Amino acid sequence: MTSLASTPVLVQRRVLNALFQTLCGICAVIAIAVLGYVLWFLFRQGITYFKPSFFTRLPDNVNPVLGGIKHSILGSVNILGIALSISIPIGILSGVYQAEANGKLCQVVRFLTDVLNGIPSIVIGLFIYAIWILPYAQKHPGQGYSGIAGGAALGIMMIPLVMRTTDEMLHLVPQSLWDASLALGTPRWRTMLFVVLPSARNGIVTGVMLALARVAGETAPLLFTVLGNEFLGPITGPVDALPLRLYKYATSSDPVQNAMAWSTALTLILIILILSILARFLTRAGKRS
Amino acid sequence: MQTTPCVTVQNVSFWYGSNQALFDVNMTIPQHAVTAFIGPSGCGKSTFLRCLNRMNDRIDGAKMTGTIKLNDQDIRDRSVSVEALRRTVGMVFQKPVPFPMSIYDNVAFGPRTHQLARGRALDELVEKCLIDAALWDEVKDKLKSSAMALSGGQQQRLCIARTLSVSPDVILMDEPCSALDPNSTHRIEELITRLKNQYTVIIVTHNLQQAKRISDMTGFFLRGELVEFGSSETVFGTPARKETDDYINGRFG
Ligand SMILES: Nc1ncnc2c1ncn2[C@@H]1O[C@H](COP(=O)(O)OP(=O)(O)O)[C@@H](O)[C@H]1O
Ligand SMILES: [Mg+2]
Repeated sequence: MTSLASTPVLVQRRVLNALFQTLCGICAVIAIAVLGYVLWFLFRQGITYFKPSFFTRLPDNVNPVLGGIKHSILGSVNILGIALSISIPIGILSGVYQAEANGKLCQVVRFLTDVLNGIPSIVIGLFIYAIWILPYAQKHPGQGYSGIAGGAALGIMMIPLVMRTTDEMLHLVPQSLWDASLALGTPRWRTMLFVVLPSARNGIVTGVMLALARVAGETAPLLFTVLGNEFLGPITGPVDALPLRLYKYATSSDPVQNAMAWSTALTLILIILILSILARFLTRAGKRS
Repeated sequence: MQTTPCVTVQNVSFWYGSNQALFDVNMTIPQHAVTAFIGPSGCGKSTFLRCLNRMNDRIDGAKMTGTIKLNDQDIRDRSVSVEALRRTVGMVFQKPVPFPMSIYDNVAFGPRTHQLARGRALDELVEKCLIDAALWDEVKDKLKSSAMALSGGQQQRLCIARTLSVSPDVILMDEPCSALDPNSTHRIEELITRLKNQYTVIIVTHNLQQAKRISDMTGFFLRGELVEFGSSETVFGTPARKETDDYINGRFG
């Protein structure tokens, strides 16, 4: 009969096991602690001006304490809305193409998507500036910058992200689901649209939300496109956005505005947080019904 | 027994790339009867079944020779639309695969695709299919809830209802009970026996007892060849070939 007593090998294994478990635990704690510290710091600094009037007022450069970020919030929401309405159809449809088609063209598209994904955001802003804003400004002096152009820049940044997620999520849909639908005599396009895409929906929605959260904080592409504004303006002209406001307040010479930069950052983070929770909630509700 | 031919298979061979999965299969499957295919796994039963509704069409490198006729119409003829063929020759799979939608929408999906009914008529069609699949009583109060929440046996009956919804002539079943508990299996066997009054049922099964219980005709496949095909009484009682005898008496496979 085998002995039940500990052998040196078993002891060694137990020690190694405990060692690695501790190491993993410590690393996890460090990762969470850093994140927690950032959030806590942000919260402590930002809470000073984080009150209702801050969200309903425009910046006040004469008496900064009376200022707010109403137009920046509205601007960001509008710009992100435009980015979404550009990137969702193009990203999802091209993701479907990638998942379905194969061959040379598809590989080229896939490669270019990766390249697009790696382009620094400032270059995309510069690109929109060069092909859109500059030519427009040359024809109509004093005009050109617009919220729509900013939305387009962020939308372009989101396309490869949405496309990749869609492609990946569609590949996770089992062949058996395809077969079940095709076996009813359903054409491929109808199977894709009504059976396969809905079953990949949760993953795609999450991917879109992550992409949105990523571009929501982008500053560089907005510098060249929406310019920023001290007032509430139409989306067809220069508008403000949260990251731009943050930058402006943070680099202001006024200490009150410096503090307001933290409140702006807190607002930005909260909006992203709300978007993520909303995405979770939407996908979960969808699963239940 | 009535033996109007329904599906006629002539010299069918099938390749996955260079790997031949079916060798010169010939048979005539009668209408309004249950035909069962048995044989050890990997012998080509599923491959053969999927030839009958052309589910193998899109597999890379797959090739088929020979002819399969459905009521004298060659199913691979240019004039045949694969969508129409699959509507006529429905299929139920081993693993129940409900669509990610409500119970009602699962059954209504096919009729909507083929524009068979809408409004009240669609409601009635869905009800009729669920009744025929022996599922109505269990789901009639929760038609709008997700099909994913049903038990495995219920999901499989839902898949059968979904197949019935486009009024096929032939129903192919690939080991429809192998993922189910004995009770659900029993209910589906009863269901199959009832279905043959209206449909031609072709079923692949691992379970020899099941084949014996429910089928009128039985085909025995071995390494891609149809070794024996005949009435179930003959195949299980007095098989003509030694391989069949060995297999049904558990001497191999
Ligand atoms: N999609 C496929 N590609 C390549 N070979 C396959 C494919 N499907 C089945 N085969 C092969 O064809 C043979 C028959 O398989 P199958 O028809 O699934 O057998 P059965 O259903 O009787 O278990 C097996 O050798 C299997 O490996
Ligand atoms: Mg099989």
